[in-house]
Amino acid sequence: MTYSESILKLLSSISADTGDVLSVVSRGRSYRGTLMPHHDLSSPDVLIIKLGSGYNVGVRIYGDSTAEVVGKHAAEAVTEATAECVQGLPRVAVIGAGGTISSRMDRVTGTVRPMLSASAVAAAAPEVSRIACIEARSLFSLFSDSMDSGHWQELARAAAAAMDGGAEGIVILHGTDTMGYTAAALSFMLQGASCPVVLVGAQRSSDRPSSDAPSNLTAAVRFCVDGGRKGVFVVMHDTLGDDSFAVHLGTRVRKMHTSRRDAFRSSDSMPVAHIDADGRITYNDCMSEPAREPELKDAMEKRTLLLQAYPGMDPAVFEDAVMGSRGVVIAGFGMGHTGTAMIPLVKKACDAGITVVIASQCLGGTTDLTMYETGRALLQAGAVPAGDMLPETAYVKLMWALANHDGAEEVGRIMQTPLAGEMSDRRTADV
Amino acid sequence: MSEDHEMMCGIEIHQQLDTRKLFCACESRLCDDGVGAYFRKLRPIAGEIETVDRAALAQAQKDTGFIYQCAPGATCLVDLDEEPPHGPDAEALETSLIFSELVNASVVDEIHFMRKIVVDGSNTSGYQRTALIASDGHIEVNGRRIGILSVCLEEDAARKVEDTGSLVTYRLDRLGIPLIEVATAPDMRTPEEVLEVAARLGTLLRATKRVKRGIGTIREDLNISIPGGARTEIKGAQELRLLPDYVRNEVNRQRMLLRIRDILSERGTGPAPLETADVTALFEDCGSKVIRSAVKDGGRVVAVRLPGFGGVLNGDDGALRLGAEMAQHARTKGVKGIFHSDELPGYGIGGEHVDRLRGFLGMTGDTDAFAICASDGKRAVDALTAAVNRANAALIGVPEETRDPLPDGTTRYSRPLPGAARMYPETDVMPIGITQERLESIRDELPELPEAVEKRLCAEHGINAQQARQLIRSGYDGLFVAIVAEHGMAAIAATTLLNTFSELEAEGEDPSAFTDTQLSGLFGMLKDDAFSKEAIPAILKEMTKGVDADQAVAALGLETVGDDEAAAVIAAIVDERADFVREKGMAAVGPLMGPVMGALRGRIDGKQANDLLVKEIRRLIG
Repeated sequence: MTYSESILKLLSSISADTGDVLSVVSRGRSYRGTLMPHHDLSSPDVLIIKLGSGYNVGVRIYGDSTAEVVGKHAAEAVTEATAECVQGLPRVAVIGAGGTISSRMDRVTGTVRPMLSASAVAAAAPEVSRIACIEARSLFSLFSDSMDSGHWQELARAAAAAMDGGAEGIVILHGTDTMGYTAAALSFMLQGASCPVVLVGAQRSSDRPSSDAPSNLTAAVRFCVDGGRKGVFVVMHDTLGDDSFAVHLGTRVRKMHTSRRDAFRSSDSMPVAHIDADGRITYNDCMSEPAREPELKDAMEKRTLLLQAYPGMDPAVFEDAVMGSRGVVIAGFGMGHTGTAMIPLVKKACDAGITVVIASQCLGGTTDLTMYETGRALLQAGAVPAGDMLPETAYVKLMWALANHDGAEEVGRIMQTPLAGEMSDRRTADV
Repeated sequence: MSEDHEMMCGIEIHQQLDTRKLFCACESRLCDDGVGAYFRKLRPIAGEIETVDRAALAQAQKDTGFIYQCAPGATCLVDLDEEPPHGPDAEALETSLIFSELVNASVVDEIHFMRKIVVDGSNTSGYQRTALIASDGHIEVNGRRIGILSVCLEEDAARKVEDTGSLVTYRLDRLGIPLIEVATAPDMRTPEEVLEVAARLGTLLRATKRVKRGIGTIREDLNISIPGGARTEIKGAQELRLLPDYVRNEVNRQRMLLRIRDILSERGTGPAPLETADVTALFEDCGSKVIRSAVKDGGRVVAVRLPGFGGVLNGDDGALRLGAEMAQHARTKGVKGIFHSDELPGYGIGGEHVDRLRGFLGMTGDTDAFAICASDGKRAVDALTAAVNRANAALIGVPEETRDPLPDGTTRYSRPLPGAARMYPETDVMPIGITQERLESIRDELPELPEAVEKRLCAEHGINAQQARQLIRSGYDGLFVAIVAEHGMAAIAATTLLNTFSELEAEGEDPSAFTDTQLSGLFGMLKDDAFSKEAIPAILKEMTKGVDADQAVAALGLETVGDDEAAAVIAAIVDERADFVREKGMAAVGPLMGPVMGALRGRIDGKQANDLLVKEIRRLIG
């Protein structure tokens, strides 16, 4: 929505542009101030003026309202700060993908958009340039809800290129909504990565004084430089304070809160490490990555579904979608169950060579399809248990497995084989 | 006072509303205890107009961390900046519209909440949410028309509970309490008029019946300037009676600064160089405790030259006090203070050290001055740089600044005046359209104006106009009417709410903390003759401990006595003085009332005591 026809006509009759200073008289009241862009949720017949006091007000424009330009907007040169590279410090590539961490208010649309470059985000955290030589590059500027497997592939390629170029760490600035999916995807695509690949985001946009972007980014770069680990990770706030950060394994992490800074939690495992305000890293495990040849395997099967079981789930609603796919993950109930009505569809799909994976919507704990009758029926129908994999991770892994391995049997075997810490036979009492 | 007309003053009043919080469903009340401790940092950011705000920068340079405490029931994730704000509280918004109409201001067609950058940590988000509700209004005070520039609706800030310099602790209970901010035009011309206008606006705010009352619920900012001076903002005054003092003192301060400017200009004094020198070695054997303890802690003594500033730092018998202004600026850098040449020798620094320093600094002219600071080396340099900048500003005149009010009616430098660049749209709160129909229905049901309330109180309750006006001005008119409706006793209620309350205030108590229920209980007991009206001051004093009237009465042993018990007490008094009574006859009543009331004060009323005494005397003399 934009300004109404009549307002646009009034503005064009006086050649007023956004940013000009106007004098507006409407129904006996007069306002003088800067013409602001229309707000999406403002009434179309209301003109938004920024007064000298800094306040914006909406002025309803009627047929007899008048406006006059009293000052033209002088275009200001907006210079964006850029991150520094101090030679001799470890080289860390910062790849921008968008998200809240890259967002600020857009003066043209009045909305918050991911319009900051990776370099500008890094420059807002001056500590970062004291830890590492930052080589920033903006790959795309998207909210993560708009990302798909094509973007994961581009990110994987950019990360692989940075590794080849000798980067000692890679940080990806990413939206938080689907960061867990991207982290899982990169974990499978970049197995044997030669350096840490850390996804980092923010729950408060970078145009706010209270943004968690600078502190999260600093912790992420710290982990790249001092962490001594390889693989794909997510670094975000561990608590509500700006002094505590968690390093999560890319295949084990999930956004568990819509708005809190500590929204990201590891599932069925402790976070890999904790970073405190002074950059001290404390590990929760003694795991070390087995040495492997780095390998970029970025193919993904898009014809893959993620369904959530619910009471009364009607197979007829999903039949066409399931049968038109190459694989399905169902986030089932409890140990990994669906309503019995779904079992014939699962069998039909498996018989047709479609891989059906059963995960649990409990998010914690492992599936066990041998315990109850429904589970056994699902197993007999050909379903593959996801173990303690998160449903989202199982979904991403299935996309990857379908694209990189042949045959339903082989795909089923891969799904039950740990590749990037995504599943485990052990679950301990402290998580 | 004719000189006082050469001043301009505008007032901004911030009044807390008695509703839920502005952007969440929390109760708006303060809590005695804080729970949790969340550490945060705030960073200055470029505003919408791409310039970093100078006040925000001054704050950020302090590099402070913040700790936030929650308060059960009164804080939630919104206060912690962990959840987006909800829509503004409907009752608070309605109140701001009603008040706008009461001050004849034009309400905007669409309300847009803004973010006002504040990085001192008092807002977890780093900004205060505020919206312009109405502008261009006016009120009449003593026949003069005072313009109302704006009525805003905004959120109150968090409460500071501890400040160690590098770490400030805030409690979030106050954050988000709705405030109406009303700003007048700079139309006031005398300190007394400032008080009258503030009182009138307070009365109009209370007329909405939705404002909080009590200490800290209303705060005044004063914008003062004199011809040739500059706008100074005195921020956060809480005591109405001190407003004229703040104004008078600020006018005098600006006059003093203009005088200093003229003196310096006549001398041809130019800006002092921003060069500091480490002079620790010159003070090795100095007797000053301040210097010795700073050096012992690893600090340095740093000096600056102030050529041409002698005599205005502290001169003309204390009438010129630029040194005090410089010291206030220096203290914002974390030092305890500075010494300057107009006050030395002194403070344990002898003439010999002064001469040595003058020599070292190459000071030759009669009017050459210097300042020194003993502290951590970098801090001392920063403090003296701030002091020199302040001295150099005196060459131009009065700098614009924000000042803190002090309890003695004076003020102190706090920070530069914030610029206009610090606002940008609050994208998390949607614009709110206000229709003409809505405003018309508000106009149809506007609350009673104070003048009408005054007439009604006089007509319906038989109190005089003076009492009625005072009840309204102190905000107790509603309570008065409620008490009288329930219990009658208008005269006693008026005396209690005016005289007894102001006596309690003079004793340092806060009578506004009494709840309506507590006070209704008090008058209910009085109506039931549970005690006599003379006991009210003592009972209220006891009730300030937070107890109800019945508990206070019991604690003071003030339960009224029955006629029989009272008669026995009086009979004993009469019998003790039997000779006197026989000699004086009925004329003994007067002299014996003293001992009788002494024995029964507060437990029996005067008339009753008199009747019983007459009866007992008759019994004795037959």
